[in-house]
Amino acid sequence: MSFIKPNFRHPALPKNQVGYTKADYEGAISTLCAGCGHDSITAAIVQACFEIDLEPHKLAKISGIGCSSKTPAYFLRNSHGFNSVHGRMPSVTTGAYLANRDLIYLGVSGDGDTASIGMGQFVHAVRRNLNMVYIVMNNGCYGLTKGQDSATADTGSINKEGGVNQFAGIDLCSLAIELGATFVGRSFSGDKHQLVPLIKAAMAHPGFAFLDVLSPCVTFNNNKGSTKSYDYVREHIEATSELDFVPHRDEITINYQEGKSVLAPLHDGSLLHLHKLAPGWDPTERKSVISLIQTSRTNGEIPTGLLYLDTHTRDLHEVMGTVKEPLNALTEKELCPGAGVLKEINDSFR
Amino acid sequence: MNSVIFNDFVIRFANVNGTGSASANDMFSKAVFRMGIPVSAKNIFPSNIQGLPTWFELRVNEHGYLGRREGIDIMVAVNPQSLKEDIESVRAGGYFIYDNTKNLHPEFHKEDIHFIGVPMMQLCMDHFSEPRQQQLFKNMVYIGALIELLNIEPEVVHDIIRHQFRKNEKLVPPNFLALDLGRNYVKEHYECPLPLRLERRDKVGDQIMIDGNTATGLGALYGGASVVAWYPITPSTSVAKAFETYAKRYRKDPDTGKLSYAIVQAEDELAAIGMVIGAAWNGARAFTATSGPGVSLMSEFLGLAYYAEIPAVLVNVQRGGPSTGMPTRTQQADILSSAYASHGDTKHVLLFPSTPAECFEMAADALDLADHLQTPVIVMTDLDLGMNFHLSPPLKWDDKRKYKRGKVYSAAELDSMQKYGRYLDVDDDGICYRTIPGTHPTKGAFTTRGTSRDEYARYTEDAAMYARSIDRLAKKWKTAAGLVPKPEVYQKKNQSSTGLICFGTSQYAAMEALELLEKQGVKIDSLRVRAFPFNDTVADFIESHEQVFVVEQNRDKQFRSLLVNELEVHPKKLIPVLNYDGMPITADSILNQILEKTNGTALTA
Repeated sequence: MSFIKPNFRHPALPKNQVGYTKADYEGAISTLCAGCGHDSITAAIVQACFEIDLEPHKLAKISGIGCSSKTPAYFLRNSHGFNSVHGRMPSVTTGAYLANRDLIYLGVSGDGDTASIGMGQFVHAVRRNLNMVYIVMNNGCYGLTKGQDSATADTGSINKEGGVNQFAGIDLCSLAIELGATFVGRSFSGDKHQLVPLIKAAMAHPGFAFLDVLSPCVTFNNNKGSTKSYDYVREHIEATSELDFVPHRDEITINYQEGKSVLAPLHDGSLLHLHKLAPGWDPTERKSVISLIQTSRTNGEIPTGLLYLDTHTRDLHEVMGTVKEPLNALTEKELCPGAGVLKEINDSFR
Repeated sequence: MNSVIFNDFVIRFANVNGTGSASANDMFSKAVFRMGIPVSAKNIFPSNIQGLPTWFELRVNEHGYLGRREGIDIMVAVNPQSLKEDIESVRAGGYFIYDNTKNLHPEFHKEDIHFIGVPMMQLCMDHFSEPRQQQLFKNMVYIGALIELLNIEPEVVHDIIRHQFRKNEKLVPPNFLALDLGRNYVKEHYECPLPLRLERRDKVGDQIMIDGNTATGLGALYGGASVVAWYPITPSTSVAKAFETYAKRYRKDPDTGKLSYAIVQAEDELAAIGMVIGAAWNGARAFTATSGPGVSLMSEFLGLAYYAEIPAVLVNVQRGGPSTGMPTRTQQADILSSAYASHGDTKHVLLFPSTPAECFEMAADALDLADHLQTPVIVMTDLDLGMNFHLSPPLKWDDKRKYKRGKVYSAAELDSMQKYGRYLDVDDDGICYRTIPGTHPTKGAFTTRGTSRDEYARYTEDAAMYARSIDRLAKKWKTAAGLVPKPEVYQKKNQSSTGLICFGTSQYAAMEALELLEKQGVKIDSLRVRAFPFNDTVADFIESHEQVFVVEQNRDKQFRSLLVNELEVHPKKLIPVLNYDGMPITADSILNQILEKTNGTALTA
């Protein structure tokens, strides 16, 4: 059952520039386990949307199947949602995006939904640079079916039943970068300070924005020996940078440091300010990013933050050369060539 | 045998795949068509790009019988690989036209047919220097020979050539020369024309010669599809290709060059239908085209669209199954897998075009119906209809026609209501009102899901609620039966206690078989189904006949099963008439099965 929260709002709740309170970005009450990392990501999405003054109906939230894919019901109640089939969120989002280029598309998926059954669709969405935010709520296991290892579980990670994972874990960030994703970040559900600006930046990015968010499963994968438990992740994450997202209308008051700062203007006029912490890493240099991820892996560290960014990007509609107006708004006038043309076509078949 | 027969024969061309023969053969069929004589073509091609045997078969019939007919009257053999088989397939008294640059081996000789040798290769080697030219013009040499042998009007062929090379005029004279080489040779060596010949008629009226897939692609274009997602698969690929070809021409802003459509070659069929569903959910008209294996892959998504109630249009150009089956042969063998695609209580609207004109009409109608019914609509064509040239009524479009976008609430309508519920049956017809993302800042949003839900689209596991929503879908199905294209009934009132039901491309042979029966003094009533769910006319037709033949092109009598299952007809009443060898069904085969199954006695005049 989804529970509906009461619509009562305290009149003094602060409103953002488009007149909504933070509560307006919430959804139904979560039915996930208490303490689930996914609920924290949900909260970060709500916070980010409130802060960027999003009009809720300008966003569509689309998911596949799994615990993570249930979360769209728990945020943005005034946005249309589509809880589709397992591993197929990318194709549904592709179609939706083709139909209307004017909305923001927020795809929510899990490690099973993306790295196993949905791997094919995931890589092709990356390859097409589909203009969307793709969040993987990554807990290394299948929660809804009681804790089986997923394809992102690290080799040697121990699950709740004591089983040791024998297979290599798929690193979705490396894969996305390899395939040409133009915005790739990793974060931790417990690090709201980092996650909120990452989500805001991802939404402003005009292309495929990928966020791999470690999100521990309190029920099935939070035991000793698991590399996706709260304790393990907290101990091993290394923030690569401090990230500020400066919306286009705000005054830029950042503390720019030569050699340490990366400033990236986004196409809507917003600005990303990255203050680098990791040595020898340049978020605009693909090779250095891959190197950072691989080195960290060897050292048992989990690098987080915005890992890779390419702002010189053309989204799918641009590549396809479609009209500015959303295709779903076109009428007979634009779509139907008419009887006169059909007469010519008939003649060409005589 | 020497009595002259006009405009009634089957001619087959035996070629090698990839040698340019297709355009010569098309030229021949166009010439017959332009002489006002009804003609239909069948491409019998291998699943191969180059090198394997391929046949092109034409039936010329001035009475308009254009289904396939057994037996070859004239064989034009330019493929040494298939020589033996080709000679054997010629009817007694028929003609075997071949390249005698090399002598035919005596073992190939056959007493009861006429051999007409034309040194096609030699003539080309004598007159053309480049090997590629020698190869290509060989095809024109046999067309030249046929001009004289079959009495084709040369000017008709000349016009076709001039038009074909209008952008490269220097190719016209060598083509004419090649034609003359063939013409002159047969005039010198044989008595021309043959007793089996053509003569101008005025029997094609305003009809066109077009393949079904092109007509389908055009129908989707006219019907307003703006998102197309597809994955290459024979024999459906040319549907998407036709859409794109014409869209590039007619959906491009002349000033900006921007396109008012998006076409994506998806990574697989699952993604293709997923994109269609995503686009349709978001308010655009969208379609995909595939064949049997693709429908199998799309099944899960089709169930989602059925249950979550999202419009989706799918064209299934059926080929020979099961599995990969015979990818380049025709069948009507995806009836059940399409009608009930996906798990659970799921069923889908099917449309059955039988001519290219109907492919056009039904592709556009499918987009209207899918929007109206908020469910998948599958246009069931087949390889024969899709990939072969058929004589067809012209494609028709009424400029007054508006797209029927179905029940979609606007922002103003949402403003005027207390509470919106996605799955409330407001009009009591089983069809609810949907909203498109982005419509209203605070009203009308909901989460579409493949799980059980209540009238407000909220997840529920409540037993009564679940049953209510599943029952409403059944009610919608009844509404659909009244909206889909009605069957074609071929008589004003019943004239016989026996009936015949057919659909799709079986129509051509079925109608011919019925006329053959009528000539024997036996009249059978007939009906062509054009859509599933079946409407009352189909039930009444079966009800009002003692026995009904059901003609279809699969082994397992799938269409008959569908009738039995959906209309609760006694199975004994429905007598199967089948063909499933991958070749289009013939009138003779239908006639023989009818006679056989009634022991030739039950059907007396």
